[in-house]
This record gives sequence, C-alpha cells and structure tokens, in this order.
Amino acid sequence: MKSVIKGTGYILAHTPDMVLHNGTTQTTERIVNPDSEYLKELPNHLRTYEQVLAYWPNQVYIGNKTPDELAEVAQPWCDKECDVNARYGQFGQIMPQEEFLLLMQACDVFDLVKLDKDFVAAHKEALAANEIMDEAIMARINEGVEAAEVAHLVSDEHAEGLYHNNVLVGCVKRAHDIDVNLSAHVMHENLVSKASSVLSMLHAVKNAGIEKSDVEYVIDCCEEACGDMNQRGGGNFAKAAAEIAGLSGATGSDARGFCAGPAHAIVEGAALVASGAYKTVMITAGGCTAKLGMNGKDHVKKGLPALEDMIGGFALVITQDDGVSPEFNLSILGRHTVGTGSAPQAVISSLVTDPLDRVGLKITDIDKYSPEMQNPDITKPAGAGDVPLANYKMIAALAVKRGELQRADLATFPVKHGLTGWAPTQGHIPSGVPYMGFARNDIMAGKLQRVMIIGKGSLFLGRMTNLFDGVSFVVQANTGAEKAEAGVSEDEVKGMIAKAMKEFAATLLAQAE
Amino acid sequence: MDLENQKRVKDFAEQYGPENVVVLLGAAEGEASGLAAETVTNGDPTFAGPLTGVQLGLKVYHVCEPEIKQEFDAAVYEEQVSMMEMVLDVDDIVQEMTAIREQFCKY
Repeated sequence: MKSVIKGTGYILAHTPDMVLHNGTTQTTERIVNPDSEYLKELPNHLRTYEQVLAYWPNQVYIGNKTPDELAEVAQPWCDKECDVNARYGQFGQIMPQEEFLLLMQACDVFDLVKLDKDFVAAHKEALAANEIMDEAIMARINEGVEAAEVAHLVSDEHAEGLYHNNVLVGCVKRAHDIDVNLSAHVMHENLVSKASSVLSMLHAVKNAGIEKSDVEYVIDCCEEACGDMNQRGGGNFAKAAAEIAGLSGATGSDARGFCAGPAHAIVEGAALVASGAYKTVMITAGGCTAKLGMNGKDHVKKGLPALEDMIGGFALVITQDDGVSPEFNLSILGRHTVGTGSAPQAVISSLVTDPLDRVGLKITDIDKYSPEMQNPDITKPAGAGDVPLANYKMIAALAVKRGELQRADLATFPVKHGLTGWAPTQGHIPSGVPYMGFARNDIMAGKLQRVMIIGKGSLFLGRMTNLFDGVSFVVQANTGAEKAEAGVSEDEVKGMIAKAMKEFAATLLAQAE
Repeated sequence: MDLENQKRVKDFAEQYGPENVVVLLGAAEGEASGLAAETVTNGDPTFAGPLTGVQLGLKVYHVCEPEIKQEFDAAVYEEQVSMMEMVLDVDDIVQEMTAIREQFCKY
C-alpha cells in the first residue's frame, strides 16, 4: 500500500513581547548582564504586525509567495516590503499576538492561563472572526480575571507574565509548587507549542479536504517535553493538541529528534499508513518560545529588526493512496547511523547518496532538495551564513566527487536543485518540512518528478551523546493506481478451494474403495 | 560559542595548562570561525559565557588551514574533509583565523 501527502498547514504567530520575556538569549542576558545595552536597545528593534505581514519570507511560509519568487528578491529582505501582506495564505495564516494569547487560553485545560478580562473583551471578537476558528474552540475562551489578580499571580505566585505591547495582560500560573517540570516557565513554553500546533492542525485538516474524524493517529514532533518530576518527558503533545483541534477519533504520540524530529515523524507516519495500521495520520509541531530573538544581539548590533519574532508551526496529513497526491517512496530512506561519523562528507553521503545508490539514482535525478530551510536574512547577520545554500554546496561537491556533476556546474546546482530559505529559525520548523506544501503543488502540477526532504538534528545538545543525527526521504509524483497485490486474488482463492475439495473427495473415494 | 563548550574549553585549559591545548574548529564561515577563535583567545565577545573577560590565548586553528591539513593522513583528509574544502571559502577562513591568532594568541 502507498501513502501520500494529502495536505499541509503552515502557520506563524507574531509574538514580539515573548521575544523580550521568553527568548533564552534575553532571559540569559537578564541574569548575567541585567543592565546591558542590548536589553535596553532590543525593544526599539521589534517589528509591528503590519511589518511582519509584509515580510517576504513570512508570505512564502504561508504560501502566498513561492520560494522561486523569493529567490528573485535581492537580499537582505528585511528592508523590503512584499507586495502581498495578507494574513491568510493557501497553507495557513500569520496570527497576531493578541489572538494567539487567547488561543493559548483556549488550549489550556488546567486553568493555568489567566487573561485580563478587559483584554479578553477587546480581542475575543477578532479571534472569533478568524476564519479557521470554530465554535468549540471559541466556547473554551473564558471571561478573564481582574488585572489585579494577574499582577498578584505574577509578583507573588511565580506566574509567567503574558504581555501585549509591553503591558501585562495575563499570565500562565505554575502547575505545581515545587516541581520544576510544571513551573510557570515550562507551562508557558508548552502551551505556546500546543496552541501553535492546534492552529497548524486546523489548517492542515481544511487544506487536505478531510473530516476531522478521519484522523486516526497524530505524531507531534516539536522539541518541547511535557511531564512531571516523575516522568519529565512523559508526553503527550499530540493527543493534547488533537483534543483541542477536535480530532475526536485520533490518538497519538510524541516523536523527538531535535531538528530532525519532523523528518523522523513523517517517515514513521508514512510507514504507518503504508503498512495499513492507520488510514490517516497527522504529523504536527508547534513553535518554540526559547528561540525567539536567539540571534537578537547580532541583529541589534547591525541595526536590523529583531527578525526572530515569529512562532512557527506546521502540520501534514498523510493518507492512503488517492491516485493523485504525491507519494512517499519508502525505498529511498536516508539514515545517519551510529557508525556514520560526524564528518560532513559522511553525513551528506548517508543522507543523500546512500539511499539513492540503493535504487540506482544519481544526485541529479532528484529535482529539488529541501534540507535545513532557515531564512538567510536571519542567519547571515549572525555569522551562521546561508544554511540551505551551504547544504546545496555540500551536495553539489559530493556530486562532483562522484563524477555526477561537472565542477563547472557547482555554482548552478543550488539554483537548479535547491531553494532559497524562508523558514523562521525555530529549530525543528525549518528542517526540510516547510517545502512539503510547495512540493505537493509542484509535483501535482507536473513541474517536478521527485524531491528529497532532509532533516538534521544536533543530538549532542542534550548531552546524552556526542552524535549528530539525520534522516531523509523522497516524495515523488503519484505513480497511478496500485496494481492488485502480488498476493492471491479472489478467483485464485476459489480455484484453490475447489482443487482442495476435489483432492479431499478423491481421498474419501480412495478410502471407500 | 555555546556556553557549555566555553566551560569545557576553560576546564581543559585549567586541567592541562593553556600552553598544551589546541582548539580545532570546523565552522562553515570565516566570521563564525573568527568569533569562536576570539572566544578562546581574548574572551567571549558576546559577554554571555564563562569565557567572558577570560583571555586564555589558546592556540586555535580551523581544520581547513594548511598547518592542520599537513598533520593529517592524506587519505583520511580526502575521505573526511575534502568535500568541505571544496565548499568553504578557505582563504577567508585562513585570513580571519590568522588575524585573531596574531592579535590574541599567547602560545
């Protein structure tokens, strides 16, 4: 059985106040250098909602512009206005902070999120008007509490403040008095992830044209962990978000692998469907508050806007073959194994050429590669270079070494087989997956035959291993209706039964004689 | 440079003596290489980690610099580094690293 990409959802939430209050670059700075110039200067570099709507990479993320169109725009992009500034796109939406805070409250089932009642009253209608919101979610929004209660919880009860335009408008309470795994900080981080995952799921369901009840299994692949002191990463974001999104027929589980998590989860989801275990699987991930403003120091130093002000999310619907949607080719899976080693050459070989060699394909047989799709507008000023471009150069260099590409074609390989990065630097969010929506469109339009998605993860950050990780998979044009299984047809079964009965009768006759 | 790595570099320098430690980088860019090199010689330029204000002055090289390349078995280098050598702007990296070493390296 084959599994196909039925639809995708991609969302962003603009959270400038969380850059200041929750990004680890800023929270660390407040501890080690509380009077720093950076902390004083950063608020002047925050973008307005209108500015993030008119930011080219954001419009690509939600599908109003294509990666090809983005590649035509000269970098840097932060000083240019995109000619489209819509909040909704073919894949999802860019949600403003005030709506996102309300959505966080809707996603909280333990009465931990307390919003100022005036704030709720001022913005509830806006969320209700959001085209993807349904009555079930709106019914979860409560009236809110007095501002004085919010202030008390933040100043006396260790609650994490929720701010809008630098005004305290709510808080996330701690869920336990002494368990750090349920602290207000952790609950805030997890609720942001959950809310952005829910929003992504709602768009993916709509875009896939399925019923919510069709989804049988959800795999969450973000980089957060929920649990308590007895099971720090017990889980389960997938089922928790499915509950709010209304996927009543689904259960699920969490898959983790740092930035490679999404690629692992998609392979698992595609395999679950291909095996027949489930008919419809959703892969989802919300965003990460810790990474907001991660490279803020460099951006501020260079007089740029604080470009890491977006929470990202995505969701994918994988179903059984519908005869038209692009299909997963599970015979071309790349794996960075324990024994692969950490040299870039070994890494790229394990993810790109090893799987291609197994099916007799060359590097140039893949039309487009989607490795880490970080937005270079964010990474270049921080000294991290153009991450997708660096990946394409490595793949091209490997192709040259293997004699599959002329050295003279090194420079054109990234243009022909690559993409310009547009995803926010939210760890797992850029890791190959942002291209799945466009890949689906382009493959179905006949522009591309096959694409490779590559996820990579820095496992060493968890201090459990020094190893790196990565997996890759190939999505290709649907090869048409599947032929009858190589097993046994109904006629053949009838024939076999008839033959067996004849033999049985013959045996009886022989015995009678 | 990652705060935990700064701590490890500092610990190694204390444990083995700074004159006995060589830091080998594999960063993909001249600027990133330069920042890491500055961190282990003149201190953390971002003022965030354990090496803030700590001038270890360690010997520091990028794996693509000629001094380091000649230390390798040629076959191993070919297998593990040659692809990246083709990709990286080695001249830019050498220039950044040399400048940092000339300015801050004590050994």
